[in-house]
Amino acid sequence: MKTLSTEILVIGGGAAGLSAAAEAASAGAKVMVIESDLHLGGQLVKQTHKFFGSKDEYAGTRGFKIAEILLNEIESCKDNVEIHENTTVTGFYSEDKTFTAMRGEESFFHIQAQKTIVATGAQERLIPFVNNDLPGVYGAGAVQTLMNVYGVIPGKRVLMVGAGNIGLIVSYQLMQAGVEVAAIVEAAPRIGGYWVHAAKVRRMGVPILLGHSIKRAVGDRTITGAYITGLNEKFEPVGEETFVDCDVICIAVGLSPTTEILSQAGCKMMYVPQLCGLVARRDMSMKTSNPDFFTAGDASGIEEASAAMVEGRIAGLSAASSLGYLTEHGKLDEYWSRLQSLRSGEAGARICQGIECVLVNGWEDGRNG
Amino acid sequence: MDDMQKLFNSGVLTGEREGAQLPPRELWESKKGGVVVVECPQRIPCNPCATSCPTGAIRPFKDINDTPSVDHSLCTGCTLCVASCPGLACFVIDLTFSEDLALFKLPYEMLPLPRKGDRVACLNRVGEKIAEGTVENITQPRKDRTYVVHVSAPKTVVNDFRAIKVVECHA
Repeated sequence: MKTLSTEILVIGGGAAGLSAAAEAASAGAKVMVIESDLHLGGQLVKQTHKFFGSKDEYAGTRGFKIAEILLNEIESCKDNVEIHENTTVTGFYSEDKTFTAMRGEESFFHIQAQKTIVATGAQERLIPFVNNDLPGVYGAGAVQTLMNVYGVIPGKRVLMVGAGNIGLIVSYQLMQAGVEVAAIVEAAPRIGGYWVHAAKVRRMGVPILLGHSIKRAVGDRTITGAYITGLNEKFEPVGEETFVDCDVICIAVGLSPTTEILSQAGCKMMYVPQLCGLVARRDMSMKTSNPDFFTAGDASGIEEASAAMVEGRIAGLSAASSLGYLTEHGKLDEYWSRLQSLRSGEAGARICQGIECVLVNGWEDGRNG
Repeated sequence: MDDMQKLFNSGVLTGEREGAQLPPRELWESKKGGVVVVECPQRIPCNPCATSCPTGAIRPFKDINDTPSVDHSLCTGCTLCVASCPGLACFVIDLTFSEDLALFKLPYEMLPLPRKGDRVACLNRVGEKIAEGTVENITQPRKDRTYVVHVSAPKTVVNDFRAIKVVECHA
C-alpha cells in the first residue's frame, strides 16, 4: 500500500486546520492537509453572516469570505502545502506511527508524519424524541450545507430546536433564503447564543420560546408538524403540548469535539463539560501529552470560529518550531493575548473555566503529566 | 423571573441599559443626518462598530468585549456602523426629517430589496407591524451586501421601529 509522508500533517481543512497549515507552511515546514469533504473550508464556507471578533479575526467579514482569505494565504505558500480533499483519516496505529486514510471510497493509503495537528472539528448532537427518524428532521449543519453551499432549501416552514448561536444564525439564514421559521424552542431559561443574534430574528417576528422543547414529531412519510412542551427547572415536561405546523425540524442543540484520532494516539484526554466533551489535555503551544500531536479548534473544545483560527495559528506555529523552523519571536504571546481577549466576554467565562481544567504548564517538567 | 426579564432573555430590548442607551433628546432633535442608536447590551468579543466609526462617536474600546458607548455629539449619522455591525444592532434615526416623520436608517440583509418610494411595513422588536413607512433611499456603504434602507415613518414609533418588511411586490 502506498505511503505518503510529510513533516506536518493537518487533519481537517476548516477554520483551525487552514490557519494551522498557513502558519506552519509560511514558517517553511512541509504541510499536508487532509479534508474529508469535497472542498476545503469546513464550516466557514457555510457561514453567510458577518463574523464577530476584532480585525485580526476578520470581524465584519462573512465566514465564506474568510475561507477565501485563508485559502489565498495557503496558495501563497503552495510549494509547502499538499492538499488532499475527499479524503478521510480513518485511524492511527501508534505501534508503527502510521495513519490510514481513504480517498473517496476507492483508494486507501498510509500517511506518516513527524508532527500532526488534529483539527477535526466537531459533530452535532441530536436529541431523542418520537419520530426523530422521519425525513425532515435535520441537523443545523446539514441545513446550512444544503442552503448555503448547494442553494437548496430544506422545506417551507421550520421549527428550530436550540437558541445557541447556531440555532439563531441558521434561523436568520433560513429567513434570508425565504423559508419561514415557525418558532425557536430553547430548553434553558435564556438564549445560549449572542443576544444580538436573537434580537435579529425576534424583530423579524420569530418567537423564541424559552423553557421549551420538542416532544414529538408528527408525520407519516415526512414531517408534517411537531408537538412542543414547556419544561420546568429540572427540564421535565410540564403543561399542555402545543402543535407547531412545520415541514422541517432543525436540531441545533450543540456540538461535541471529534477526538478519536487523539485518543488513538494515546493523548491524555479529559471530559470537560465547559468544552462540550472529551478533549485532549494540552500546553500553551496546543501540544498534547503525545509530543508529536497538537490540537486546535472545535476538536480541542467547542468555541467560536474566531478562537479556532487563533488556536490553529498557535498549533501551526508550535509544530513548525518543534521541527526546528524559525518562527517570529513573541508570536505565541501575541496569539495568546488575542485568545484571551476573545474569551473575556460573557460567553468566554465558561470557556476559560474549561481551558483551566485541560491546560498544563508544560509537558517536559512532569508536574502535570 | 419577571416577564420583562424573560422578554429580554429572548432577545428583546425592554428599556435602556448599558450598551443600549438613547441619545440625549435635545441633541437628537437638532442633529441633521441623525444619530446612531445602538442596541448591544451584552459583553461579547466584537468591535467593528467602534473601528468603523470615522469620528470616534462610538468610543474606541479598551477591551474588545466592551459594550458600545457613544458620544452622540460626534455622530454624523454616516451609517458606517449600521453596515459594519455583525449583530445588526446599530440604527441611525434622524428626527429632523420633517415635522411628523423621522428618517430611520436600518440594516437590511433580506430579499426582496425594496426600491425608492416603496411602502414598507415598520416592525417593532418582536416583529409586529406598528406603522407604514416610505423608502427614501437605499445604500450599501461597505459594498458587502448589507444594505442600509432609509425609511421615513411617524415620529411616534421612534422607540420601537427597528426592522422593515417589504410588502409591495414589484415585477
